[in-house]
Order: sequence, then structure tokens, then C-alpha cells
Amino acid sequence: MAIDAAQLKHVARLAKVALNEPNIPRLVADMNAILAFAERLQDPALDGVAPMAHPWDQVQPLRVDQVTEPDGRDRLQAGAPAVSNGLFLVPKVIESE
Amino acid sequence: MSVTSPLSELSLAALRAGLSDGRFSSRALTEHFLARIQSHDAALNSFITVTPEQALAAADAADARLAAGERGPLLGIPYAHKDIFCTAGIRTTCASNMLGEWVAPYDATVHQRLMAAGAVLLGKTNMDEFAMGSSNENSAFGAVKNPWDVTAVPGGSSGGSGAAVAARLVPMATGTDTGGSIRQPAAYCGITGIKPTYGRVSRFGMIAYASSLDQGGAMAASAEDCAALLAAMAGHDPRDSTSSTAAVPDYSAALQQPLAGLRVGVPKQWFAEGLDATVAARIEAAIVELEALGMTRVEIDLPDAELALAAYYLIAPAEASSNLSRFDGVRFGYRCAAPRDLNDLYERSRSEGFGAEVQRRILIGTYALSAGYYDAFYGRAQRARRQIAQHFAAALTHCDVIAGPVAPTPAFDLGAHRQDPTTMLLEDIYTIPVNLAGLPAMSVPVGFSGERPVGMQLIGAAFTEDRLLAVAHQYQQRTEFHRQVPAAFREGV
Repeated sequence: MAIDAAQLKHVARLAKVALNEPNIPRLVADMNAILAFAERLQDPALDGVAPMAHPWDQVQPLRVDQVTEPDGRDRLQAGAPAVSNGLFLVPKVIESE
Repeated sequence: MSVTSPLSELSLAALRAGLSDGRFSSRALTEHFLARIQSHDAALNSFITVTPEQALAAADAADARLAAGERGPLLGIPYAHKDIFCTAGIRTTCASNMLGEWVAPYDATVHQRLMAAGAVLLGKTNMDEFAMGSSNENSAFGAVKNPWDVTAVPGGSSGGSGAAVAARLVPMATGTDTGGSIRQPAAYCGITGIKPTYGRVSRFGMIAYASSLDQGGAMAASAEDCAALLAAMAGHDPRDSTSSTAAVPDYSAALQQPLAGLRVGVPKQWFAEGLDATVAARIEAAIVELEALGMTRVEIDLPDAELALAAYYLIAPAEASSNLSRFDGVRFGYRCAAPRDLNDLYERSRSEGFGAEVQRRILIGTYALSAGYYDAFYGRAQRARRQIAQHFAAALTHCDVIAGPVAPTPAFDLGAHRQDPTTMLLEDIYTIPVNLAGLPAMSVPVGFSGERPVGMQLIGAAFTEDRLLAVAHQYQQRTEFHRQVPAAFREGV
């Protein structure tokens, strides 16, 4: 499997990363080198091996249904680029005109 | 080590004794190491942030506890954090412009534990951006240099911690290891490092790269010092759902456990093509020392190392692409100037905030998880992961500890892999399989190739850190490699 410039642009849109046009050929080449290396994962010997998501096949533990975290909005928003009245500010999404 | 050893070369035990009987105060120690950072770090770039004011306040608090009769393994002893651990009141950058001056609103559990133990934070060390790299060249704060040879890389991603400890700018430091990021810089810098079992050290407040692989650990001159630091870091944390509830043994007390009769497994596939001859010879000599400790050498099989690399280079970016989606220019960190609209804000904040390597991994991970490719990439990689874990499980029925190289070569030159980043993958061929399997592993200094140190890797079954540390410690009782300090950083020379 290999990726081309058009697919890379699609992936970049999904990843919300703006690509610099001059960097695209190099990125395509780098990604294809890694994908070529990953071809060995298609080895049929792996067909019978169950996927492993976690080293101990651990399930998520449940914790006691208890309030442990107090409200920390001011503290948590202190590092945000733009806030007002406890809200995160972003550019206008719906045009007013 | 004699009583006349300079302060910066004392073991934690000697530092502890000096603090205990009042030969020096924590403040004096702290001032001493801060002065070393001040005078020597320009050559290394191992620190991103140095925190003298907070350090001296913490040292004074430790001195008050010592004066009140309290004693503790780390009380009053200076250390540094890899700049991936969140510290309230001190910026956490992850070596990225994306975080830059960001100050976490809370402390990582590891940091809370070390503060409670009375250890004194001197600052935060340089690293590959978001822990993505094996050379510490991918840092928004510049590359770190290897103190043994400043034309060489220190390894990565915990390269700042490795270089700072090797140059004795700090007695001990934290690191994190996703594919080798504690062990490889420890090997390249000639220090001791331990990546514990997945789940042994809380990941709460440790900025995530690949959550099913990331694990925090300890870096110091010796296994004995690593044992004390790891003991303070390890243990269950209800705030990390993958944190183990297994009890933490007394690692320091276990250092003297008998090793006679233990089987040391040597993976025959790891001593084949691709391994530098000098590295192989140093490790061979170290295994002979392990035999002299009464251990029995057995040959084991650990196949499919390249399959492990292939799995890792899809699993880690896939998890990274998910973890790093939180850096959106809205809730914290960097935001681009004058965004045209919300999408432009997201895309430009991320492409301007993240470095090239981080963006490359996000793109690979996004591709591997995208519709139509998930099974072919991520799903296949997870199958390979289980296969690798099964190889280790089988090998560990034939032996008690596995010994082999950490990396195929000693530290390489700065810039060596810049032209072809995919060749750098092979640097991690002996460390990555261990992360996939979740096992504990160490790097132990076993000699030099020219000026550059060589590390031996020790790997054990899950939650056998105590045994790995004992093997490393007893090896270090017979050898002096862990006590070597690069000439330019020796005190009084």
C-alpha cells in the first residue's frame, strides 16, 4: 500500500494539519518508506493471532461513584489563548450577514 | 568512591549520609548543583528550564525536615524532571512550541510523590518534542549534546535527563520510555536507566505520546540510585486507570538478593547482522561478569524484531494522532495569529505549533486509523504486538533475565540521520519489542567504544524490577563503568 499527494492532503485535513506545498513530496516519500517497512505486517502467519491492545489485556476498572474533583474552571482556563466569562473564545463560526 | 570524591560524584547513599550527619545541607547541595548547571549546561543544552528559586525553597524545607530528625531516601536530594511531567507553577513544554510557556494547572502524580519525599527539583530537562525521537534533535529548544563527545547525540527522547546525569549536573532525573526513550539515552550517555513494567509508574500528568506504551522511569549513575528513585515514583494511582495495584517491593533492600543459579538468556537473533562489533564485545564481556556472579548463560530465541518495529511505527503514531488532537489552539497552548475561521485556527495552530517530526507521526497515525485502513494497519500491528509478547513469554520460561544490547551502535553523530529519518528506526530495534510486551528493562553501562559509552540491556518478566536492579547493582559492585565521568565535567580537574 502506498500513499500519494492527494491522499496525503485528505489525511492532513482529517488531522487538522496545514501542509506546506513544497514539503509534500518529501512527506509522501517518508510516509511511503514507513508504509513499505510495515508491509511485513501483512504476513499471513499473523492471521491467527488475536490483536493485543494493552500489555495486560486489562479492562477499565470502575471507581467509586464519588465527587473527587472540585470545580476548577478558572484554574483550567488560565492557560487558554482566549477566554471570556468562563468560555473559550474562537473565531466566529456563523457569519452574521 | 572515596570520601574525597567531589560532591557531584557522590552516590545517593553518600549524599544521604552527608545530609544526615550535617556535613552539608540540602541548600548547599542544591546551590552546588545549580552552579554546575550554570557553568556547564551551555555546552550541553540539557535543561529547558532551571528553577533556582523554587529549588532553594524546597531545599530549605528539606533542611527543616532533616533538622526535625526526619530521614528519607530522597529527602533533600536534588533531581530534574524530563519536561513531560506536569508541574504546577513551573512551565511544561514537552520541548514543543505548541506548549511554549504553558503552565500546568496541576502536578503529575510522579511530581507529587517526589515532592512528598522531599526531593529538590532543580529544573526540567530537554527532550525530543512530545517524546518523539531517538536523538534529542527534534526539540524546539535545540539539540542536546552528548557530554562524552559533544559532536554526538545523547540519544532520545529523554536525552536531556541522560546528558545532565552523565555530566553530573544533577544526581538523578526522571525519564519516560515509549520505545526506548530511557534506555537508549542512558546507554549513549553511560548512565543507568530503568523503564519499569507498564503500569508500575503513574502516567497521570505525564503528557501522553502513545498511551499503551508510555511508561515513566528513573535515570541515575547507578542501579542503587535508580532503585531509590523508582521506589519513590512507583505505586498505584487511582487517577491512572492503567496503573497497577501490585505492591511495590523494597527495591533498595532487594539489591543484595542472591543471583546464583539464575539463568541469563542471550537472544541469539540480537547478536547477528546489524550489531556493531565493539558493542557486541562489551556486552559479551558483561555477560561473562554475570556468569561470575553465579548466573548461568542460556541461549534464547527472540525473533521478529523487524516485525516489532513495523508494529511500533503504526501503533505509536496512531495513538499519538489521537492524544495530540487535544492541542487545538483553543483550550491551551499555542494559537496562530489572526485565524480566518475556526478550521484555519485549528490547522495553522497545529502546523505552526508542532515540529516536523511530530506532524509526520500525526499524519501517519491518522492515515493508519482512517476509514478502510484501520484493519490493514492498526489491526495488523496489534496482532504483531501479541506475537512479540508471546515470544518474550516463551523466552522467559527458559531464563530469568534477558541480557543484550540496548542499541546496535554507540551514540551516533549529530545530524547523522537527518537525510533519511527512516534509518533512525533501526536504532530502536532492541528496545521497542520490550515496550510492545510491556516488560521492565534497564540500561547498564558496560564500557566504551572509543569515547562513547556502551549500554547493556537487561529485561525481565513483568514486575521483576527488583531482580533487574539486583543484577545491575551486583554487576556494578564488580565494575567501575557507572562511575566514569566525562573529563570536561569532572570537578577539580
